[in-house]
Amino acid sequence: MERIRKTFKKLTEKGEKPLIVYATACDPNCRESLDYFKLILEYADMVEVGMPFSDPLADGPTIQRAHERALSSGANTCRVLELVSSLRESCPEKPIILMGYYNPIFVYGEDRFIKDSKEVGADGFIVPDLPPEEGESFSLKAKEMGLSPVFLAAPTSTDERLVKIGQLSGEFIYYVSLTGITGEREELAYREIEREVSRVKAITGKPTVVGFGISKGEHIRKMYNTPDGFVVGSAVVRRIEERDRGGLKELLSSLKEATKPL
Amino acid sequence: MAYNLPDKRGKFGEFGGKFVPETLMAALTELEEGYLQVKNSQDFKEEFENLLRTYVGRPTPLQYAKRFSEYLGGNIKVYLKREDLNHTGAHKINNALGQALLAKRMGKKRIIAETGAGQHGVATATACAFLGLECVVYMGEEDVRRQALNVFRMELLGAKVEVVKSGSRTLKDAVNEAIRDWVTNVRTTHYIIGSVVGPHPYPMIVRDFQSVIGLEAKRQILEETGELPDVIVACVGGGSNAMGIFYPFIEDKGVELVGVEAGGYGIETGKHAATLCAGRVGVFHGAKSYLLQNEDGQITPTHSVSAGLDYPGVGPEHSYLKTIDRAKYYAVSDEEALRAFQILSRTEGIIPALESSHAVAWVIKNAEKLKGKTVLINLSGRGDKDVSQVRDILEENRNLRIW
Repeated sequence: MERIRKTFKKLTEKGEKPLIVYATACDPNCRESLDYFKLILEYADMVEVGMPFSDPLADGPTIQRAHERALSSGANTCRVLELVSSLRESCPEKPIILMGYYNPIFVYGEDRFIKDSKEVGADGFIVPDLPPEEGESFSLKAKEMGLSPVFLAAPTSTDERLVKIGQLSGEFIYYVSLTGITGEREELAYREIEREVSRVKAITGKPTVVGFGISKGEHIRKMYNTPDGFVVGSAVVRRIEERDRGGLKELLSSLKEATKPL
Repeated sequence: MAYNLPDKRGKFGEFGGKFVPETLMAALTELEEGYLQVKNSQDFKEEFENLLRTYVGRPTPLQYAKRFSEYLGGNIKVYLKREDLNHTGAHKINNALGQALLAKRMGKKRIIAETGAGQHGVATATACAFLGLECVVYMGEEDVRRQALNVFRMELLGAKVEVVKSGSRTLKDAVNEAIRDWVTNVRTTHYIIGSVVGPHPYPMIVRDFQSVIGLEAKRQILEETGELPDVIVACVGGGSNAMGIFYPFIEDKGVELVGVEAGGYGIETGKHAATLCAGRVGVFHGAKSYLLQNEDGQITPTHSVSAGLDYPGVGPEHSYLKTIDRAKYYAVSDEEALRAFQILSRTEGIIPALESSHAVAWVIKNAEKLKGKTVLINLSGRGDKDVSQVRDILEENRNLRIW
């Protein structure tokens, strides 16, 4: 939690916003994955390490394929945690958030999962199919261990639900920019997103980052003022799929540029 | 104590719940409120019952299976609840029509559904044609190939069939894709889930709409024999026909409830869909329930000769009934089901669906134990859809033919 707080604070002082980048662990395979994450952390302020699952139902085709590649290369929860451990060694300061569907966590055991995640140096969790109704005990246990559970807020979340989401979340909230699944979009509903993010911030009193659909710097520029951070996933995963390190660097650099004030 | 589940949180004991992305949570609340409103509305009840009578053809008969009983020997009396005689050929229409009516009242004009073999897809397309609703059905590429005729049937009924090419390209992936559509179009769309699975309130709603099977059967068998049956047998994939016939008998402790799962090539081969017999508890498609998965929590591929049972999950209420020991679950193999398919055809002149053949097969297999008992089998659907597949299998494996 400490690393997350410091990151928000440090960037705010500089007038910047965090760039949060998602990639799937063990993609394109268990061997090459770590290098991609290291490259990502040269630019990003925070990273989301996706835990592969056979049925990622909140994800679009790009990330679905990443999960398939990872699983066929032998990914499992232990290997994901090993990856986090190696990444932590090479990058002591930046927050690492584990993002995964609930069943592998449930099967691994909530308590054991939280304890082992802490040990390898993770800072928080996003579990897209664990809404507040089912995630209360997970949230409490994570917080007790000093880790930050991040609950999702959506355009369809009522004010009443946002109160609960705010209470159960740790350092920040993740606002889902649209009704839909992950994947690159040409344009986003910038004004609506800013209005909604304001609502989430007002009700929860917590920093709120926005993700889903964001795939280029100009997306960030067009709604720069309101969100407290920006999450990019599919656009990055597509470069990894194409093993395009040059393209990935270019993308990350332009995204990070966009999170700095003009 | 009276059986009154699920509880307010949508749980059957530890099972059930709402494990879905936040975007869908408001829709589930809206659906629950909409459902509870119509459930107690006389007006809805009358409309639904009237349609079940005039459009679906209910009540379906309860038939004493005389020659099949004689075939079993041992003074067993077998009754068949003839859900195969429903419009569209299976019990699926009870739920599809109920939910389509509900969606219409909730002002949702677009319907989506998943389908495996195509029975639920056809039932939903039928209900939508009847009520003038837009209908999109998700179906795995593998199933589209196996059930080409049902794809045409749905198109004929005005539905759009979306071919799913992700994952194993079967029923579970069709559900994934339907959920992805729902997350995207949640404000205008109602998702008609075809079984007692998914997040709360679906397992409750589907069970309630299907419980007409058990309510009728109870009345009919009491009229016929003056007593409740000793054993009720139904096949279980997701488990909607089984829940439908079990539910009105749950508090009748003297009635044994038996669910029959798809044993495929045999449990020991790992190629089966016997979730309750061989699975472990997990969370999938929105609910906590038994699940076929590996040690890392990844969903494993399933196999059954019957596409309608070929699913790695099962309704949470079945997991609960198993845990409290109110119902027992067994598996029969593809071969046993294929044999039962032929036996019922020849003794009763009824070609059963391959799904329902699993229930029939369990009774044949356990005839010795069932001596002197009255057995009620839920014949959930007819086998017309399976005839060409069974012909191919019996051509290739002539030793499976009983003639």
